[in-house]
Amino acid sequence: MDFIKHVINGLGLGSIYALVALGYTMVYGIVKLINFAHGDIIMVGGYMIYVVMVVLGLPVWLAIPAAIIICSLTGMIVERVAYRRLLVHNAARISLLITAMGVSIFLQNAFMLMFGTDPKSMPPLFPYGQIKLGGLELASTTVINIVVSLIMMFGLHLLVNKTKMGKAMTATSEDSEAAKLMGINTNRIISFTFALGSGLAAVAALLYCNTYPQVKTTMGNLLGLKAFVAAVFGGIGSVPGAMLGGYFLGVIESLTKAYISTTLTDAVVFGILIIMLLVKPTGLLGRNGKEKV
Amino acid sequence: MMGAFTKKTGVYYLVNAALVLLLFFVLLTFINNGVISRTSTGILTLVCINITLAVSLNLVTGILGQLVLGHAGFMLVGAYTAALFTKNCGLDLNIAFPIGLVLAGIAAALFGIVIGIPALRLRGDYLAIITLGFGEIIRVIANNLKITNGAMGLSDIKSLSSLKNPSPMFVYSYAIAALVIFIMFTFTRSRHGRAVIAIREDEIAAEAMGINTTYYKLFAFVLAAFIAGVAGGVFAHQIGIIDPSKFDFGRSVEILIMVVLGGMGSITGSIISATVLTWLPEQLRGFSQYRLLVYSIILIIVMLFKPSGLLGRYEISIPALLEKLYRKISKKPAQTGTGGA
Repeated sequence: MDFIKHVINGLGLGSIYALVALGYTMVYGIVKLINFAHGDIIMVGGYMIYVVMVVLGLPVWLAIPAAIIICSLTGMIVERVAYRRLLVHNAARISLLITAMGVSIFLQNAFMLMFGTDPKSMPPLFPYGQIKLGGLELASTTVINIVVSLIMMFGLHLLVNKTKMGKAMTATSEDSEAAKLMGINTNRIISFTFALGSGLAAVAALLYCNTYPQVKTTMGNLLGLKAFVAAVFGGIGSVPGAMLGGYFLGVIESLTKAYISTTLTDAVVFGILIIMLLVKPTGLLGRNGKEKV
Repeated sequence: MMGAFTKKTGVYYLVNAALVLLLFFVLLTFINNGVISRTSTGILTLVCINITLAVSLNLVTGILGQLVLGHAGFMLVGAYTAALFTKNCGLDLNIAFPIGLVLAGIAAALFGIVIGIPALRLRGDYLAIITLGFGEIIRVIANNLKITNGAMGLSDIKSLSSLKNPSPMFVYSYAIAALVIFIMFTFTRSRHGRAVIAIREDEIAAEAMGINTTYYKLFAFVLAAFIAGVAGGVFAHQIGIIDPSKFDFGRSVEILIMVVLGGMGSITGSIISATVLTWLPEQLRGFSQYRLLVYSIILIIVMLFKPSGLLGRYEISIPALLEKLYRKISKKPAQTGTGGA
C-alpha cells in the first residue's frame, strides 16, 4: 500500500514536470533550441499568481488566466527580442543556447530586484485537505495535479492533431523550409509555440504553488532542469514522450525519496539523464536523426 | 605560416615573456611595499585565478567548439583535493601547497576522463546538458560525503599569505596563470592544437583526414579539467572556506560568460574579460545587485550582434603592436610574412 501511495505521489509531482517538459519539447521540435529560460517562465507564472492572490487579494480563478496570459506574453517577447534574430540568421546553436542562458539570468535577476530574494509564501490554492480513495489517503493537491495535467494534455493533443494551427506546427517542425513554401508563416508558428509552451508553464506554476506553497526567484532552476531531463528521457521533440518522461521522473524521484535517500534525489535524476543519453540519446519515443555530410 | 617557429615568432615570445615578467615585478614590488593594499592583492589573486579558469574553458568552448556547462565541478574537485591534502598531510605548507595543487589537477583530470569518455560521444546541446548534469552530481555528492563535511564545507584552509608576507598567493596564482596562457598559445599552434581546431571546424571532415577525433576531444577536455582543478586548489587556499554551493551552476555560467564575452577562441579575449569582470564588480560594490542583470543584458546583446564574442577569434599581440608603432616612427616599409604570438 505504501508503495502505491509513493507511486501516486510521484505521479502528482511528475504532472508538473510533464507540463514543463512539454514546453521544452515543443520549442525544441520547432526551432532546435534548448530554451533555458523556460524554467524561469514558471517562476514568472508563480509570481503572477502571488501578485494576484496575495498582493491584490483576488480569488484563484482570476489568478489562473492572469498567469497564463502574462507567461504567454513573456514567452512571445523573449522569442521576439532574444531569439528571432539568431533564428532568422541561422546562427550557431551554441549562440542560441548562450542567449537562452542570458535570458534566464535576466529574468531571475529582474524578479529578484522587483520582489527581493526571500521566498514568498502562498495561501493554499485549493484547500480540500486529504482525500480517501479506497484504502489510500492522498493529499488533494496530488489528485488535483494529476487531473489538471491530464486535462491539459488532452487539450494539447486535440490542438496539435485536430486544428489547422497544430498541423502547421507539425509541418514547421518536420521541414520549416517546405512549410514556408506551402504558405505557412513559420515566424508566427514559432511565436505561437513559445506562447503555448509558456502557457503550459503557467499551469505548471499553478500546480507547483499548489504543491509547495511558496515562490522564489530561483524556483525555476532545478524545476526547469528536471523537466528538461524528463523531455530528454521521453525523446526531445516528441509530445507524448515529454508526458511519459515527466510522469516517469516524478515516480522515480518519489521512490528515491522514500526508499533510498532524500538528499541524493537530484544526483539520481541526473544519473538517469546520463544513462539515457548514453544508451539511447534520442530518448524513449524520439526518432533517430541521420546526420548528413 | 602559423605554427612554424620562425625567427620573428621567437622574438615575439621573448618580448611577451619580458612584458609578463615586468608586470609581475612591478605588481610584486607594489604589494610588498604596501602600495597595493591587502584587499587589492586578494582581488588581483582572484583575477589570476579567473583568468586561469576562463582560458581553460576557452580551450574546450572556443578551440574545441563544445559547450561545457559543468566547469565548476572540476574546480570543486580540485579545491577539495588540495584543501584536504594540505590540511591532513602534516607537511609544511610551503611544501604541501604545490604538491596539493598538482594532486588537485590530477584528481580533476581523472574526473575529466571518467566524465569525458561517455560525454564526448555526444555533441552540441546534449554535451552541454550532460556536463551540466555531471557538474550537479559532483556538487550533490560533495554535499553528502563525510570527508567533504557536507554542506558545511571545509574551513580553516591555511593561506600562504600572511600579514608580514602578503604576496605568496599572488605569486602562485600569477605564475600559474602565465604558465597556462603560455601552454594554451603553444598548444593551439602545435600539431595537436591544429587537430583540435580541425575538429571544431568540421568533425566529420577532420575524421576523414585521419584525425583521431575521440582522442583529441578527450585530450582537450582533460587538459581543461586539469587546469580548472589547479585553479580550484589555489582558490580554496585564497578564500580559506569552501563549501559545495560555491561551485554551483552559477559559477560555471560565470566562467562561461568570461569566455563568451572575450571571444570564443580568443585567449587574449578571455584574459581581458576575466580581468574586467573580476575587478569591476569589486570596485562597484553598490552596483552588486545589478551585476548579473547587466551581465545578462550584455550577454544577450553580444550574442545577437556579434555571436563570436567581442574579440571573436582575434588575438591581441603586444609585440606586433610595438612593431607596427616602430615602423610608423621609422617609416620603414612593412616586411612580408605574418605570424603572431
